[in-house]
Amino acid sequence: MNGTPTSTIFLVLRRLRTPLIVLIVIFSVSVLGLTLMPGPLDPNGGSMPRLSFFHATYFISYTATTIGFGEIPYAFSEQQRLWVTFCIYLSVIGWAYTLGTVFAMLQDKSFLSAVAAQRFARQVRHLREPFYLICGYGEAGHLICQALDELGYRAVVIEKDETKVGDLELQSYSADMPALCADASQPDTLILAGLTSRYCRGVIALTNDDSANLAVAIAARLLAPSLHALCRAEHAETAANMASFGTRHIINPFEKFGEYMALALHSPAAYHLLLWLTGLPGTTVTRHREPPEGKWVLCGYGTFGKVMTEALENAGLPVTIIDRAAPLAAAHSWIKGDGTGGEALRAAGIAEAVGIVAATASDVNNLSTVVTARELNPKLFTVLRQNQVANRALFDAFESDFAMVPAEIVAHECLAILTTPLLAPFLAFVRQADDAWAETLLSELTGRFGWDVPTVWSVTLNISQAPSVYRLLMRNGAELKLGELLRTPVTDLPPLACAPLLLLREGDSPRLLPGLEEPIRLGDQLLLVGSETARKDLGLTLFNGHTLKFVLTGQDLPSGLVWEWLAARRQVRNA
Amino acid sequence: MNLEKVIFGFFIVFAATLNFGFFIGEIDNPVHHDIYELFAAVVVNLIATVLKFGDRTQIGAIHLATSLVADLQLLAAAMVWGYAEHVAHTGLTPSAMSSIVSLSGGALFANVISVVILIAETIMQRR
Repeated sequence: MNGTPTSTIFLVLRRLRTPLIVLIVIFSVSVLGLTLMPGPLDPNGGSMPRLSFFHATYFISYTATTIGFGEIPYAFSEQQRLWVTFCIYLSVIGWAYTLGTVFAMLQDKSFLSAVAAQRFARQVRHLREPFYLICGYGEAGHLICQALDELGYRAVVIEKDETKVGDLELQSYSADMPALCADASQPDTLILAGLTSRYCRGVIALTNDDSANLAVAIAARLLAPSLHALCRAEHAETAANMASFGTRHIINPFEKFGEYMALALHSPAAYHLLLWLTGLPGTTVTRHREPPEGKWVLCGYGTFGKVMTEALENAGLPVTIIDRAAPLAAAHSWIKGDGTGGEALRAAGIAEAVGIVAATASDVNNLSTVVTARELNPKLFTVLRQNQVANRALFDAFESDFAMVPAEIVAHECLAILTTPLLAPFLAFVRQADDAWAETLLSELTGRFGWDVPTVWSVTLNISQAPSVYRLLMRNGAELKLGELLRTPVTDLPPLACAPLLLLREGDSPRLLPGLEEPIRLGDQLLLVGSETARKDLGLTLFNGHTLKFVLTGQDLPSGLVWEWLAARRQVRNA
Repeated sequence: MNLEKVIFGFFIVFAATLNFGFFIGEIDNPVHHDIYELFAAVVVNLIATVLKFGDRTQIGAIHLATSLVADLQLLAAAMVWGYAEHVAHTGLTPSAMSSIVSLSGGALFANVISVVILIAETIMQRR
């Protein structure tokens, strides 16, 4: 199956060619033979006329379909009976052959996949709302689909593994998610899944195969250059390759975790603020223990091990590496061995270390390492790499201080980029800010909204996203302050349960945490954090002119021609 | 030489020739038009139609369309024959015969188009 989806009807017709010809031949031979057989003897001595084509066709039709009305229009002659006996067996063979072919075709893999592909293409074609194209429904894909569903976006999924596609069908998403079992690295598959559709808002390549992700990235770049493409890349070469042709968002879970770790070492409050803002919707963030300063031990110097060593050493912490092979850079202190055994850990000085990173590609080894290490030094801060999602129960039971789950990191990052584009510049500020500032902001925000992951959203004050504000500012040239807008449209106008984080204005430097006295202008972009209700209330204010007026003046203005006219008259009379 | 091509060409040409054989003769004279020839034309046309199934090219589509037209015309002719003989009990009157033959004439036209396409397709191929 390549190119356009194989039209199922053509496939059926092609497969049924031989059985249909066999049926036609059997039927025509039977009819022809029956018209040629001599009829029975007449009581008058002559012989009855032979069966006409009309009668022969009628007789064979009901005999071949096993209905069997008997001998019509007259009792047959012996010759006719002989021929009919032959025809009966012939037609049974014909039907058995045809039905056999039909059933074999219905079970056929290529036929089934053609039907599935067609159904999928139809579903995608009929999507009339913005959707995201997700390639690879692994754990990260699953988390993203769930979050997108919760946020009210549609998604289309391409996954190579049949069992995972089956999994997706069993999930109870509120919206239907079309899924296709196919190779996402094929451009045709991507087009079938709506890459070039005008409703497609972004492509997310999350397969566990870097080359497939690369193929998706290049296809997206060439076929739909204006789309957001988010691609997972675990190897530095792939990431560099993607960057070379302008993939905007490249997500390397190991690097990201290294960044988190560095941030947590540098400023724990900023780290928590970042976690809280980018958490998956519907989850609660818990405060981690802060990674201590002192000597660290790292087991497994692979891709992830390198990133972690760098993060720790940049923070000025000494690291001892335990690995079977010597690290390429000779500058590191290295113990040959296996982290799972006590000797290697003791040799690496686990007793006086403050933290351990288990970074091998084997979950069992990682767990065994930290369990042994904790026995030797119960106060250790543990950073644990989880490779297989299936091992979650074990990792939950161990209660490590930091767990590095690639799928979750990728999902966080994708959601942050997709749902709130303004969040990235704000987080960049957070990463650079000093700990005291982050701590104040964190305690203020969590004091107001709790530790549950809040709603973070951005609003642009233009005609499409805020028509009522646009009209007010354009027509009346009124001055509007941010604080006046952020009010709940109920009696007494209490402030909305949300806080502005960032204000972007063209030709002006970004304003961090804009004050409520800040005057707003058309074209301003706002990043807000708060509750879901606040987001809906603000949406109402921005779209509905009457709500906006109520929020600004506290008065319910009359609506409708008659009432407006009456109100205007009354105003004139009072004046 | 390809056996599939031979069979394909055989049935298309055979459908046209049988059709022609039935059609030729005085239009309202039952003696000139044999029922067995009509039967053979119907069967061979049906087989030719099935052979054209499942070709997604433009030429394949026109091939299939002409065959379907011929089938429809010939089956209509056969039905008129059966109606005249068995339902109306008038026998083969000149008017019934001429409508049968003119229907088969329409089928013949469709079959000729089929043959022309077949020839054109062959000529276009340079191998």
